[in-house]
Amino acid sequence: MNDKDQRPVYMDHAATTFMKPEVLAAMAPYFSRYFGNPSSLYRFARESRKGVEEARSQVATALGAEPEEISFCAGGSEADNWAIKGVASALRKKGDHIITTAIEHHAVLHTCEALEKQGYRVTYLPVDEFGRVDPGDVEDAITDRTILVSVMTANNEIGTVQPITEIGRVAHAHGVLFHTDAVQAVGAVPIDVDALGIDLLSLSGHKFYGPKGTGALYIRRGTRIESLIHGGGQERGRRAGTENVPGIVGLGRAIELATADIEGHNRRIAAMRDRLIRGVLGSIPDTRLNGHPKQRLPNNANFSFRYVEGESILLLLDAHGIAASTGSACSSASLEPSHVLLAIGLPHEEAHGSLRLTLGDANTEDDVDYILEVLPEVIGRLRQISPLTPACARVPEAD
Amino acid sequence: MYTDVVMEHITNPQNVGELADADGVGEVGSPACGDIMRISIKVEGDRITDARFRTFGCAAAIASSSMATGMVRGKSLIEAWAISNADVVDALGGLPPAKVHCSVLARDAIRAAINDYRTRQGLDAWEMGSCGCCGGSGCGSRPENG
Ligand SMILES: Cc1ncc(COP(=O)(O)O)c(C=O)c1O
Repeated sequence: MNDKDQRPVYMDHAATTFMKPEVLAAMAPYFSRYFGNPSSLYRFARESRKGVEEARSQVATALGAEPEEISFCAGGSEADNWAIKGVASALRKKGDHIITTAIEHHAVLHTCEALEKQGYRVTYLPVDEFGRVDPGDVEDAITDRTILVSVMTANNEIGTVQPITEIGRVAHAHGVLFHTDAVQAVGAVPIDVDALGIDLLSLSGHKFYGPKGTGALYIRRGTRIESLIHGGGQERGRRAGTENVPGIVGLGRAIELATADIEGHNRRIAAMRDRLIRGVLGSIPDTRLNGHPKQRLPNNANFSFRYVEGESILLLLDAHGIAASTGSACSSASLEPSHVLLAIGLPHEEAHGSLRLTLGDANTEDDVDYILEVLPEVIGRLRQISPLTPACARVPEAD
Repeated sequence: MYTDVVMEHITNPQNVGELADADGVGEVGSPACGDIMRISIKVEGDRITDARFRTFGCAAAIASSSMATGMVRGKSLIEAWAISNADVVDALGGLPPAKVHCSVLARDAIRAAINDYRTRQGLDAWEMGSCGCCGGSGCGSRPENG
């Protein structure tokens, strides 16, 4: 195959999604036409305020929550910081212990590490080989000083979906609040905060075809939490700052679209993803699928290819127009590849050889065919170059 | 992020392989670090007449070994030893700062191959200097950020 024969295939939807035209259309009037500050009293501001409140209802409906339980913020990272730091400081007198997992996004992990520096204690629970947390481990870790359990709904790297109903139940049985980072789950995992026993939930607009830099934190009524951003009285005094009105409107429309038919959407995406996984495992030897075989996001495929390194895979795929990502450290400052792949027990070299492909709404069966055509060739070429490849796994050399 | 020269070397690497009758072989790095480079050389008289590589590593590591094996061919052992990692970086039209250690790895693999040759000849190994590998930081598109 010639490197010039390329077609653009974007398969990195866990990193971010394109914004849907319907979302853009919903946002458009709120830049110039309805530019009023939602906090202002005059009629001029009424449309902006209505836009924000409609979006709040849209988010609440998507989560089975009440509108006043939704607070907008600037994205998934802020929502995670807010949930964890906000509960930690509000409940400081009650306790100082937080339970989370080894495979959380850095927005959670680094927040917990920052709290450890302030004297909080954090338990980072291990996961099994598929990336699942054992609710029994959560229970065992709870002490009378525990104030928060934070476990992500679904993992961004390997796609593993956690048993959050059980984890929420365990937390509540001990009177402990339960936060979940649902940034990757919205639109893929049906969410009902009451049925799932969730007290706080983080979400991010740009992961479900909404705008970047928009997010929300669901806060169950009555939950004690401090503000993260202090200032004006926006968001019922919980989150200061003049609202990102177009962004909020876009987030609302996006979540409405993303949760309208989760099952149908998942069926279509998972069918392509399953063909991709079968094709890759069937055509490339010494390959493993990372994550859970069944309990995984419908759009996620994560592989480790032995003997090769992820960044070079990405670069060669990019030369063919394919966008994907890797858990390789590929440079050796920390010497550490993805903490998630290490937590599921992969040896370093297999973590370095990982490739994540995440499908989205614009992908087609042709995209899958194209990747199944290009990827074996790319891996074959790199294995040809690698000193780790056993001679029997090498294609005979041309030179 | 990478120059056209680097991209050309990663899509079309030169001098890949092993020399069956190599006079010297140098291997540096470790799979845990995510980089291994093995360079074999053929020496006639005082000159390197052929050099081949195998590399496990990122694009910069592959391009550095592809470039370095080309640079030493036809050079005397002293000239080849004198090739610095900066020479490799320059020849590649530059590397991102976090990837400079890959050029150091290529330099060290060449030097390790030369010393292997010298040892086989019953000569003293030359002083390698400190290993500069594994000193970079950060890399491209990582799922943990998204
Ligand atoms: C699981 C998870 N949490 C948090 C974030 C951070 O979200 P944002 O980029 O909106 O800050 C991301 C993605 O970037 C994510 O995948």
